[in-house]
Amino acid sequence: MAEDTTSKEYWRWTESNWHDPDMDWREGDIVSAGVDVGSVSSQAVIMVDGKLYAYSNMRTGSDSPKSAENAMDWALEGTGMALDDIHYVVGTGYGRVNVPFAKRAITEIACHARGANFMYGPTIKTVLDMGGQDCKAIRVDQKGKVVSFLMNDKCAAGTGRGMEVFADLLGVHITKVGEMSLQVDEEPPMVSSTCVVFAKSEASALLREGWPKEKVLAAYCLAMAHRVVGLLERLGIEEDFAITGGIAKNIGVVSRIEKELEIKALTPSLDTQIAGAIGGALFARALLQKERKKK
Amino acid sequence: MIANYGYKDGSGEYFISVDTEKCTGCGDCVEACLYGVFEVVENPLDPLSDDQVVVVTEAERKKIKYTCGPCKPVSDRPPLPCMAACLEDAISHSW
Ligand code: SF4
Ligand code: SF4
Repeated sequence: MAEDTTSKEYWRWTESNWHDPDMDWREGDIVSAGVDVGSVSSQAVIMVDGKLYAYSNMRTGSDSPKSAENAMDWALEGTGMALDDIHYVVGTGYGRVNVPFAKRAITEIACHARGANFMYGPTIKTVLDMGGQDCKAIRVDQKGKVVSFLMNDKCAAGTGRGMEVFADLLGVHITKVGEMSLQVDEEPPMVSSTCVVFAKSEASALLREGWPKEKVLAAYCLAMAHRVVGLLERLGIEEDFAITGGIAKNIGVVSRIEKELEIKALTPSLDTQIAGAIGGALFARALLQKERKKK
Repeated sequence: MIANYGYKDGSGEYFISVDTEKCTGCGDCVEACLYGVFEVVENPLDPLSDDQVVVVTEAERKKIKYTCGPCKPVSDRPPLPCMAACLEDAISHSW
């Protein structure tokens, strides 16, 4: 845990890295990696023969190639592994074509489907990825292949970035937004828009009217939940259902999605932000196996 | 696989759906559409296959309501050129 969460930067979520000290990567046959460069956060995941070995999760900088490198360096930290020891790297996410050391770029929808299958197992059928700047609903089969998907390509509202702006505006730390939004006696009426621009002025107006912060946050989380439920309903939901991405950590949004759908999301066993990079690493392994077969 | 491209906004839902199981990647719809909505690429959602399928271009995904406008007069809508061109019945429109 590298970040100081007591800072005044309310939007700043906790960056992290991890590796499995009990695994000897040198004994593995295929070392593969996935690097997910999103608009807000970047992750690198390293896998040894399809098992999770190391990962990092950090903020994306202004420069995508550099962010990819930083994420990879941080995942490698303390492992004794060098970039050259990785046999195949896949880039994914919004900045996927800007991962200098990736052999192939794969869309985040395919990677999230595959990653969710790894994280939640073969029973997972519907995945909602709530990322930094967009939101995708994906139906997957028991192998993690995409069956259908829908993403809202137009508006970046109701996303991680929107939540960051909102946390800053209200002076509430981003990791506290969810909990705080649940501290209301009853749900407030829904704010009319989740658009970052409008929501900002709307929230300011509500605060001036004397709404407590909790109530404003509740209204915003509710609007955000309602919005993505619309997306899910259009696609059709089948259980098991899971949420990936940064917003999956916001209990205020997650619980309201569950309530509206009348379905519970599976509890994640891993950091929900690394799903895409996990999928990338799994594809990297499969692509290398395919290459080897051809020879 | 059903790929839905487009968006939902205050005025409605605007999605073009492609059934990649049916699509052969022949490119007839690419030719038929006067506004460059489609392109044929290697299936981006199934990186392990080498299948060619049609997708809606990234730029068009954000504005198809407007791009498709001329093909969709309010009354007496003729068959859409893209759908008419597809012998596999792989394309549908939500609006
Ligand atoms: S015409 Fe039909 S089969 Fe041919 S590329 Fe277009 S959608 Fe696919
Ligand atoms: S409706 Fe017209 S503009 Fe829209 S995709 Fe079809 S042919 Fe192209």
